[in-house]
Amino acid sequence: MSDLNPALAVPEIFMALSALALLLLGAFRKQEAAQGITVLAIITMVLAALLVPAGGGMRSLAFVGMFVVDSFAVYSKLLVLLASALTLAMSMNWMRKENLERSEFPVLVLLATLGMMMMISANNLISLYLGLELQSLSLYVLAAYHRENSRATEAGLKYFVLGSLASGLMLYGSSLIYGFAGTTGFDGLAHAVTSGAPVGVLIGLVFVLAGLAFKISAVPFHMWTPDVYEGAPTPVTAFFAVGPKIAAFSLLVRVMVGPFAEMTQQWTQVIVLLSIASMVVGAFGAIAQDNIKRLMAYSSIGHVGYALIGLAVGNQSGIRGVLVYLAIYLFMNVGTFAVILAMRQKGRLMEGINDLAGLSKTHPMMAAALAIFMFSMAGVPPMAGFWGKLYVFMSAIEQGLITLSVIGVLTSVVSAYYYLRIIKIMYFDEPVEALDRDTSPGLGLIMAVNALLILVFTIMPAPLVSFAGSAASALFGG
Amino acid sequence: MLQIGLSHYLTVGAILFTLGVLGIFLNRKNVIIILMAIELILLAININFVAFSFFLHDLVGQIFSMFVLTVAAAEAAIGLAIVVVFHRNRGTIAVEDINQMKG
Repeated sequence: MSDLNPALAVPEIFMALSALALLLLGAFRKQEAAQGITVLAIITMVLAALLVPAGGGMRSLAFVGMFVVDSFAVYSKLLVLLASALTLAMSMNWMRKENLERSEFPVLVLLATLGMMMMISANNLISLYLGLELQSLSLYVLAAYHRENSRATEAGLKYFVLGSLASGLMLYGSSLIYGFAGTTGFDGLAHAVTSGAPVGVLIGLVFVLAGLAFKISAVPFHMWTPDVYEGAPTPVTAFFAVGPKIAAFSLLVRVMVGPFAEMTQQWTQVIVLLSIASMVVGAFGAIAQDNIKRLMAYSSIGHVGYALIGLAVGNQSGIRGVLVYLAIYLFMNVGTFAVILAMRQKGRLMEGINDLAGLSKTHPMMAAALAIFMFSMAGVPPMAGFWGKLYVFMSAIEQGLITLSVIGVLTSVVSAYYYLRIIKIMYFDEPVEALDRDTSPGLGLIMAVNALLILVFTIMPAPLVSFAGSAASALFGG
Repeated sequence: MLQIGLSHYLTVGAILFTLGVLGIFLNRKNVIIILMAIELILLAININFVAFSFFLHDLVGQIFSMFVLTVAAAEAAIGLAIVVVFHRNRGTIAVEDINQMKG
C-alpha cells in the first residue's frame, strides 16, 4: 500500500514525457514540423499501447494507492489509445486541406489521452479529479481549435462553461464524500460504506454521478453535445465521440462498482433513469436532424443510454456487456467519422445528410462501408452492434430489469429509422452533386479496416467478449 | 457565545456553491460573470475541503484543496483564452449572442 511503485505507470510517464518533448519540438520548429509531430504522436500512442499490457493481470497499486492497474484498466486504456491514434491519423489529411495544421493539435490530443489514462487508473478522488481535469482542459482547447471560425469558438465556449460546471458538481460531491466518509481513497471508501452509508456520502455520490453523467453526455446532462459536435472541427468531433466517452464511462464504472458497490441499491435507480432518458432523447432527437455531425451527437447519446443499461445491472455480466459495447461503439464511430471526414464537394466541406445522396453510384466502396456502420449502429442482426446490444439486454433481463430492456428495444427500433434513412439516401436517391473523388488512402484504409473489424466481430465475437469478461471480473475481485 | 462549528462552514460553502450555480444559469449579460461564477463554485468547494480537513484532523482535504486551486488557475486561463478568441470572431461576449447553434 505504501509503495511508490512507479513502474506500473510507465505508459503514462512515457506519454507525459513525449508530449512535453513534442511540445518543445513544435515550439522550436516552424509550421512544417506539424505533420512530423502528428506522426510522432501516433507512434507514441502505439508504443504506450504496447507498454500497457505489461502492467496487467493482477490488480496492483502504485503511488500510495492513488493509481491502480488491473485488467479492466488495461482493456479501457487499449481502447482509448486505439481511439486517439485512429482519430489523429484520420485528421492529418483533413487538417492539411483546411490549413489548420499546427503542432499543438497532436500534443493536445496526447495530453487529453494521458488524462483519460489517468482517469481509468484512478483509485482516489484526487487522482480521479486531476485525470479528469487534464482531459477536460485539453478538450476545451481542442473544441475551440479552429480559432478563426466563430462556430468552433462558440462550441469551445459552451463546452468550457458547462464542462467547468460539471467538474464543479463532481468536486462538490467529492468534498461531501470526503467529509462524511473521512477518506478519498477508493479502497478506504469501500470500507467506510460497508455498514450503511451516511446521508452525506449519498448526497455526494449524487453530485459525482451528475458530473460524470455530463462527461459521458447522458440525458439530462447532454445539452452541450449537439452544439459541440456540430461546431468543433470534424476531426475534433471524431475524437470527442470516442476516446473521452470510453474513458469517462470506464471511470463511472470503476467508481460505481468499486468504492460504492455496497450502495448498488441506491445508485442503480439513478442510472436506470439516466439510461431511459438517454435512450429516448437519443432516438427522438436525431430524427429531425439534417446535419450529420448533429445526428452523430444524438446517436452517441443513445448509445450511452444502451451502455448504461449494463451499468444499471451492476453485476459482472452487465459490466462485460458495457465493455463489449464500448469496443464496438469505438469501431462504428471511428469508421463513420472517417466517412464524414471524406465528405467534400469541390474542396468544400459537406455536413448535410442529403449530400450523401447517390453515394452508392459515385463511391460504391465508401457507401458500402457506411452502410455497414449504419446497420451495425442500428443493431441489425447479425452486425456487431446487434451483439453489443444483445449482451447488455441479456444481462438486464437476467437481473429482472424487464422494463428497462423493453424500452431499450423500442428506442433502438425508433433509432433504426434515422440510421436506415442514411442508407436509403445513399442507395436510392439520385445524386445531386457527386462528392470529391480524392479521398486520401489513409482514410479509405481506416474505413475498410473498421468495416472489416465489425464483420469479423460478427463472425467470431469470442476473443473480444472473453477479453471484456476478464476485464470485468477484475472489478469484482475475480 | 456562539461556537462556530463544522455545520456553519458547510452552510457557507453550500450558499456560495448555490450562488455560483445560479450565477451561471440566471446570468444573461456577460461571459466574464460566468467565469467568476465558476471560480466561486471552486472556492466554495475549497471551504468545504478545508473545513472537513480541520474537523477530521486529516490533512488530505487541505492537499486536495491545493490541487483544486492549481486546476482553477489553469481553468481560468483557458476560459479567458477562449473568451478572447470568441470576442475576436464575434466582437461581443454577451451571453445572449452565443446563439449561432440551436441548443
